Amino acid sequence: MSLRVSVAASAIGCAIGIPVGALVAIARFPGRAVVVVVLNALMGLPAVVVGLVVYLALSRSGPLGHLGLLFTPGAMIVAQTVLVTPLVAALTRQIVEDADGELGEQLRAMGLSTLQRARTLVFDVRFSLAVAVLAAFGRAIAEVGAVLVVGGNIAGHTRTMTTAISLETQKGDLPLALALGFVLLAIVIVVNAAAAALRSHAARRYG
Amino acid sequence: MLPILIKGLTLLAGGRAVLDDFTAEIATRGITAIIGPNGAGKSTLLRALDGLVRPGRGTIAFGPGGRSPAPRRAFVFQKTALIRASVVRNVALAVEAEPISAAERAARVAAALERVGLAARAQDAARRLSGGEQQRVAFARAWARRPDLLLLDEPTASLDPAATEEIERLVVALRDAGTKILLVSHNLGQVARLAEDAVVLASGKVAEHGPVDRILKHPASEAARAYLKGELPWMSFAGVS
Repeated sequence: MSLRVSVAASAIGCAIGIPVGALVAIARFPGRAVVVVVLNALMGLPAVVVGLVVYLALSRSGPLGHLGLLFTPGAMIVAQTVLVTPLVAALTRQIVEDADGELGEQLRAMGLSTLQRARTLVFDVRFSLAVAVLAAFGRAIAEVGAVLVVGGNIAGHTRTMTTAISLETQKGDLPLALALGFVLLAIVIVVNAAAAALRSHAARRYG
Repeated sequence: MLPILIKGLTLLAGGRAVLDDFTAEIATRGITAIIGPNGAGKSTLLRALDGLVRPGRGTIAFGPGGRSPAPRRAFVFQKTALIRASVVRNVALAVEAEPISAAERAARVAAALERVGLAARAQDAARRLSGGEQQRVAFARAWARRPDLLLLDEPTASLDPAATEEIERLVVALRDAGTKILLVSHNLGQVARLAEDAVVLASGKVAEHGPVDRILKHPASEAARAYLKGELPWMSFAGVS
């Protein structure tokens, strides 16, 4: 459950966050500085507040209440997506902006449009963007506040590793909580190790 | 389509005039060198000609009477900006914005790689090439764009003599293909070898414009004399005779 929800939320977060971050990085428009500050600030969004807002939106009397998503995995994916999208966008903005400083003038000299430049730069930094993807996944899989509020921690339905750990700790079953904690840690370490291996391979191959 | 008519070009950066009422008429054909000390505004002039920076004042016009549309341009920088991808993919970027078919694009890229002698390295990672080969990628990009006007900003400044010679051969080949070339270089031997005329730039103004032979041997202006003698530009010219 943890993996499914967090992978889905990270994937959606990247699908939205990477293009948005790249465009903010290279486009010049009024109010851009404000957008950058807001994006950076949203990285620190408190999970439980996101949970509350999504709860209100999805609750029966909320604007999206008719979808009937509250206390389902769907609601958890929505909440985590809201949580990780700004994170991905802000990190992408920084990484792409740095690449633009190095390559941007040449790309403009070749007559490429803003969209073409954004696409080219994202492609260029694709291995560095793995950091943004990992940060999103790490935030999603580790957080407990948002999924607890909108998922309800229903056994076999919306219970994740983190909400289970929280519950078992309260019940006093510390060995089980600890064991779950180690499994969670192992997942995070394996994912990060795989990403590190990919990056070092890419660095050798492409410089 | 050319000549290039530049009138009163002024560009401020950080409160300082990088180009200061720069006026020149640059001939239709051949290679024109832009020389002068660091900070004189040479690179800024090339960027303005390519539309990468917008001048605060002044005009750039092309063709007899200045009524032709802007020529097709290509720009080679001192340091080649390459993306983490194959050589062929890097060259393909140069024609990505061209309104031509995919087949035509591929054909132009292949011809350009052939021209610069990198056809066999097309699938190699571009950033893994030597400095000279990387600059040949930049020239392949320029070649693929089929420019009327080629802007070269110290294209051989960080290359060894053998690589420099190869690049100079490519510059001559592009000129012979009918491309007008503006060359910024501190390598006066290179300027003498390649260019017909030279513009001496000092503090954003034209100090002198004339045939290369004459300027290198008998500079008329104080600024040109000082630069050729290797004087420091920020020193007073009073001691130069």
